[in-house]
Amino acid sequence: MKKRSYFMFVLRELSSVFVAWFAVFLMIMVFAIGRGEASYQNFMSWAASPVVVVINIVALAFAILHTVTWFALTPQAMVVRFGGRQVPAMKEVRVAGRYVPAATVVRVGGRVPAGLVVASQWAGLVVVSAFVAWLVLR
Amino acid sequence: MTKRHIEPILWMLFSGGGVIAAVFLPVLIVLFGLAIPLGWVSVDYNHLHAVVTYWLTRLVVLGLVVLMLFHWAHRFRYTLQDGLQLNRLETPIAVLCYGGAVVGSIAALLIVLTL
Repeated sequence: MKKRSYFMFVLRELSSVFVAWFAVFLMIMVFAIGRGEASYQNFMSWAASPVVVVINIVALAFAILHTVTWFALTPQAMVVRFGGRQVPAMKEVRVAGRYVPAATVVRVGGRVPAGLVVASQWAGLVVVSAFVAWLVLR
Repeated sequence: MTKRHIEPILWMLFSGGGVIAAVFLPVLIVLFGLAIPLGWVSVDYNHLHAVVTYWLTRLVVLGLVVLMLFHWAHRFRYTLQDGLQLNRLETPIAVLCYGGAVVGSIAALLIVLTL
């Protein structure tokens, strides 16, 4: 059990590599789009090559892991008001391998149950995803 | 101590990038990393060009890329430093990670400005 949670911790930390990979991928794509249709088509055939497709499948898996773990972490990192006083839901949170004061990550006031925070984040993800897909595919 | 002044900003960039990546990355990878290159959906180039060159899209893309790069820099720095027990290399690791994010951000700015 301990080994498994350490493995998950390492995977979560490694997700940042794929975040950076896709940031670079996006910028190259935007650059190619700006240079004209031929260069855009070149980029897309490179992106369709087996190695890049495999990297992007792995990147998607890590992105989903990042989303799930990040959303689960947010309520713990929030400052929750309890009976008029600010009480950190957890005193310290482990992020990027460091224990940090909970309030440094996200600061939200009001009484908010953790389940509602996670649910509203997923709702936000659905709205953003639908909007991006609509914008690109319409 | 400049380091103390910079640290909270780095944490903000890290957590901002974490939120952005959590919300935007899955749909962006599915669309641009898989669906479009593999031909699951067809997208008109002129439409994509119009969307990408619109000023608001440029601003959003720049913000996404910069935050995601700094998210990587901050997290990867501690992955190397703590995960691999490379504490004696703290300075070169930090320079490499944040330097990489700065270089990438400048490149992104230039790309977005010259579209």
